[in-house]
Amino acid sequence: MSANSYLVLSAILFTIGTVGFLIRRNAIVAFMCVELMLNAANLSLVAFAHMHGALDGQIAAFFVMVVAAAEVVIGLAIIVTIFRTRRSASVDDANLLKF
Amino acid sequence: MQLPLEVVPPVAATGLFSYAWLLIAIPAVSAAILLLLGRAADAWGHLLGTLAPVAAFVIGLVLFLRLLDSDVGSRAVGVPLYDWVSVGSWHIGAGLLVDQLSILFVLLITGVGGLIHVYSIGYMASDPKRRLFFAYLNLFVASMLLLVLADNYLVLFVGWEGVGLASYLLIGFWQHRPSAATAAKKAFVVNRVGDMGMSIAIMLMLATFGSSAFVDVNAGAGRMGGTTATVMGLLLLLGACGKSAQVPLQSWLLDAMEGPTPVSALIHAATMVTAGVYLVTRSHAIFAETPTASLAVVIVGTVTLLAGAWIGCAKDDIKKVLAGSTMSQIGYMMLAAGIGPAGYAFAIFHLLTHGFFKADMFLGAGSVMHAMNDDVNLRHYGALARALPITFVTFAAGYLAIIGFPFFSGYYSKDHIIAAAFDDSVTIGLLAVLGAGITAFYMTRLMLMTFLSRKRWLDGVHPHESPLVMTIPLILLAIGSAVGGLVLNNWIGDWLTPAVGGAPPGGTEAPSLVEINLIGILTLIVVAIGVAIAVLVFGPRRTIAIEQPASRSPLTLAGRNDLYGDALNETVFMRPGRALTDGLAAFDNGGIDEAVVGTAAGIGQLSSRLRRWQNGFVRSYALTMVAGVAVVGAVLVLGRLG
Repeated sequence: MSANSYLVLSAILFTIGTVGFLIRRNAIVAFMCVELMLNAANLSLVAFAHMHGALDGQIAAFFVMVVAAAEVVIGLAIIVTIFRTRRSASVDDANLLKF
Repeated sequence: MQLPLEVVPPVAATGLFSYAWLLIAIPAVSAAILLLLGRAADAWGHLLGTLAPVAAFVIGLVLFLRLLDSDVGSRAVGVPLYDWVSVGSWHIGAGLLVDQLSILFVLLITGVGGLIHVYSIGYMASDPKRRLFFAYLNLFVASMLLLVLADNYLVLFVGWEGVGLASYLLIGFWQHRPSAATAAKKAFVVNRVGDMGMSIAIMLMLATFGSSAFVDVNAGAGRMGGTTATVMGLLLLLGACGKSAQVPLQSWLLDAMEGPTPVSALIHAATMVTAGVYLVTRSHAIFAETPTASLAVVIVGTVTLLAGAWIGCAKDDIKKVLAGSTMSQIGYMMLAAGIGPAGYAFAIFHLLTHGFFKADMFLGAGSVMHAMNDDVNLRHYGALARALPITFVTFAAGYLAIIGFPFFSGYYSKDHIIAAAFDDSVTIGLLAVLGAGITAFYMTRLMLMTFLSRKRWLDGVHPHESPLVMTIPLILLAIGSAVGGLVLNNWIGDWLTPAVGGAPPGGTEAPSLVEINLIGILTLIVVAIGVAIAVLVFGPRRTIAIEQPASRSPLTLAGRNDLYGDALNETVFMRPGRALTDGLAAFDNGGIDEAVVGTAAGIGQLSSRLRRWQNGFVRSYALTMVAGVAVVGAVLVLGRLG
């Protein structure tokens, strides 16, 4: 079985994630889109690893998962804190840190 | 050109001579004590300050007698002290040279200096800063002794700068008067111009001979090129002009009269201003190689002797008349020194007699000022001979000496110079005789207006003779002025010859006591004419205006304005210099500052534009990141393809 369909799926997932990240205001949704992009990348890593018959890509995927897990912990904490102060999860409302 | 005799190399110091450094150390330590102890030394500071030059004089006298005893070959004694600069191939030792020339200076500086110190005890008695005054005087004596005793141009330069500093401090001693403070700065600045010539000359010596010691310079002088010799000679002359107030660096001396009168007597008449003559004499080996520089010395001397006499005729301030005459007399010395081996001994001879009679007259002027409530205007004096008998008699001795009255000291020394000038060139000789006539005129004018004409005293002035502590130095100096020439005349030429490298042709016999020569008679006639004119114009029967009469004569106006020396300096140096600095300042403000400030402002504006990108909207950051990733990806892909 060729890696093609996996890569196509990965590209579709990544594009969905990117577009969602760019257009959605809700912080949780934007966050999930980021996760989607990471997982799309993981998918292509694993697909290439399988194609080459090597474990390097799979190991990299594990690293990405660990980083994503850590990111989720911090990101969710931030989102919850912002929600507590602003009563809103919209990323456009958290705009004080600017020029 | 006459070849100079081989200069006798100095012999090593033994016995007493190895303590010659005490000459400098005693006044230096005394100055340090007086300066460091401060007010604690106020009560006895002047006594210690006077003791120091007297002690140095005793040492100097002992050394002099030793030299007198020894044979000609061992009359130059080198006293190496320590290795001063030792870098790579450079070895500059700090050492002293006690020889025929320097020992005479030592005696003049400490002898006349000691008398002036004694006089100052009385003159400065009511000044609250008297201790400080003596500290500075001691500093001056130490520096001046270092200047004349150095065996090396670089060590000499240390003394040279030391006397400049002391001169600055003492001219500005009453610095609460703005005129004194300005005069001190002026003296300092004008001297810097001369010092520049001096220091470049020393660098040139180090480059040419690899050493600045007199021994090496004298030995190497014959082997250097004519151009080098000329440049070196002219640079040394520039240094000498600055220190000795010779044209064109003469303008500071008249203003320097703002200092207390003993300072004018010691520094600006008897010793420091003659350092230029000493320098030229000491550098005889260099000037022997360069007729151009020697001629320049002669011209400078001649111009200055006439300029000084001119100024002396026009001034009404007693000290400024004397200052003009100092310039003029140093001009005579320079003229003699420029003539070469034939004139060196006469230059030093006149320097010594001048030291006596000019110090005598300056101190006499101080005594007159003391009596007249510090008034310096000749037009407010008159008929002081009866009120100040001792001052009058001593001043008269100095007066007779300076105009060259027969058998007074100036008669011998000035006649030698005039005779030597005639040997050199008739023009120079005639100008020197003319100078002698003008000298007789203005000194007679000074004498008449001060002591003999009618009373023109201001209200509330009650002249009284000065105390003994001031009159005794006057009497001793007057004796020196009267007999100094007679004593030294037949001796000084032979004494100095080995030190100044060359025999004056015909020895120093002419004009001796009985010999009558044409030039001597001519000089006497011109002097008599000068005196007669002064008596006609300012005689006892003439009325002298209390206010300076307005004059339209350009000669008088030029004299009253110091021959426009200041105006010339301002036009030639000060204004172009100020225009240049103004231009540079404008360029700095308008060009460089604008560029720097403009660049900073541009970057600031640019960054405030860039700051707008930081707009606080997460999604626009996200777009930026995606765009960035897209660009990076595109570059990578295109790179692969390419």
